[in-house]
Amino acid sequence: MQSKLHHRFSPIASMILLALLIAFPHLATLTGQDFYIGFASRLMIFALAATSLNLVLGFGGMVSLGHAAYFGAGAYTVGILMQHGVASAWISWPAAIAVAALLAAAIGAISLRTRGVYFIMITLAFAQMVYYVFISLRAYGGDDGLNLPARSATGFDLASDTAFYYVVLALLSLSIAFVHRLVNSRFGRVVQGIRENETRMEAIGYPVFRFKLVCFVIGGALAGLAGALIANQNMLVSPNLIHWTQSGTLMVMVILGGVGYLSGGVIGAVVMLLLEEVLSSYTTHWQLALGVVLLAVVLLLPRGLASLFGRRTRSTSKQGRQA
Amino acid sequence: MDITLVTEHALNGLQFGLMLFLLAAGLTLVFGIMDLINLAHGSLYMAGAYFAATFTALTGSFWFGTLLAVAATAVLGVVLEISVMRRLYGRDHLSQVLATFALILIFNEGARMIWGAQPLSLNAPEQLSTPVELLPDFFYSSYRLFIIGAGIAVAILLYVIVVKTRIGMLVRAGASNREMAIAMGVNIKLVFTVLFAFGAALCALAGSLLGPILAVQVGMGESILILAFVVIVIGGIGSIRGALVGALLVGVVDTLSRTLLPLSLKMVMPADIASDLGPALASILIYVLMAAVLFFKPQGLFPARG
Repeated sequence: MQSKLHHRFSPIASMILLALLIAFPHLATLTGQDFYIGFASRLMIFALAATSLNLVLGFGGMVSLGHAAYFGAGAYTVGILMQHGVASAWISWPAAIAVAALLAAAIGAISLRTRGVYFIMITLAFAQMVYYVFISLRAYGGDDGLNLPARSATGFDLASDTAFYYVVLALLSLSIAFVHRLVNSRFGRVVQGIRENETRMEAIGYPVFRFKLVCFVIGGALAGLAGALIANQNMLVSPNLIHWTQSGTLMVMVILGGVGYLSGGVIGAVVMLLLEEVLSSYTTHWQLALGVVLLAVVLLLPRGLASLFGRRTRSTSKQGRQA
Repeated sequence: MDITLVTEHALNGLQFGLMLFLLAAGLTLVFGIMDLINLAHGSLYMAGAYFAATFTALTGSFWFGTLLAVAATAVLGVVLEISVMRRLYGRDHLSQVLATFALILIFNEGARMIWGAQPLSLNAPEQLSTPVELLPDFFYSSYRLFIIGAGIAVAILLYVIVVKTRIGMLVRAGASNREMAIAMGVNIKLVFTVLFAFGAALCALAGSLLGPILAVQVGMGESILILAFVVIVIGGIGSIRGALVGALLVGVVDTLSRTLLPLSLKMVMPADIASDLGPALASILIYVLMAAVLFFKPQGLFPARG
């Protein structure tokens, strides 16, 4: 029997899901539903962003309410580089990851001195600072944001939604495989151990602060990648990507999907965006319906949607209190 | 920079700070005692403002409108506490965040269904529509002066209730050690409901008083909610005194920096850079303030516990 700290995917289910995702653009084109290819890319990008937050929040136990800062910083890196003539994805996407990681390192180094609700608020504070910095950068669009003339250049043509879809799918799959390896590694176990009992890990002799910071930075870096992708998907970067409501939405996705489940971020992002899409096609008052659904999920499924599939038992309720 | 400008904005800051205090007081008590992160607190403020606009239009009197709005929002608070909040007390913070986020969506869309997407207007009462001359050649809105007065009165009232009355004692006991208060046989359920309704009433008061200055519209709760959270974190969660100091600090710093910072920057650097940098710095300043406070005093200025 494997420990509670071990998280695995069912290989068969993953393969089937991957095959379906690879086939999806062809099916969509055959049935004349091309619109949904772009929508699916958006879902996957938010799935990546939510997964990166889940790494920090669910596995690291750090309730960060400023995650959109790294997401937005990644997007702006791509947008700003492109405005200065650097269109190559091979330069701008790694740069987006690096900028987001550096930002996370700086913010994390200060924020991780605080605990609990104070940590939530200080991460929010820093994200709001980043938000206002970008609003004031009039050279890069200020309030209105920055339009991208084209998608980043990769050597093959990303202009078609289908090509971009496959790039997003590949990066999402790689990132999730990476997160999977990470949480099951020695590092991942230490981080989860810190989440469960920080004092004990400290007493055993682990440099708790350093482990948490590294986890925080990796989460920020992945969010930066998601940001680079959303900039390409929307062909627009705007301060809205960094606003605290965006951080809140990412957090709601993770909680809805399942905090501390490998698939939690993906499930949460997909369900939330699908609900928005479906409900808004039925009624203009879809936000009311979305609210009711979210409320029902909290009251009926305390550990999120992923808990429907996994039988893993963990002291989530305790973890949230300490966080 | 002349002194009247500074005085005027300092008074505006004081007025805004006192209104922030009305929101922060309820938020900090609910947070400190029930350990509940209530993101929907701003929705009660919005509900209060909408009620005030509606009742003022119905009765033709701002005062009756405000009174009815406060009562109606308190009732709404009781309903909300019994139907939803009560189920969230024992739960972890993340569930509370998700649930109260859902409530924000429900409240916002509900308001849009009932009152429409257009902002409502709420006018200040006629008696208070003319500015008064505070100093020679210095006129100030009498309505804002009235808000300052009302805010101070409520702050004193709150202090008396919390420090001198029995229910205030129970609230303080709950804030400093919830488990012990329950163990001593306090009917904590009732205290919670009353407290929540009281917090809602304070929100409604802030909403109806600020209604004539700001627009009554959907989403007005969220922007002020973040400020209220900043206030209670600076002040120390669960502490009324902290909420008051934090609210005044945030109100004055925010209002003053918005006018004075661009002006003073223009003196030391080219105007075009200053006009870009000023507003951004001013918006950031309260977050810098909060980060600085937390850096040196991670529990806030006046921690309620320990």
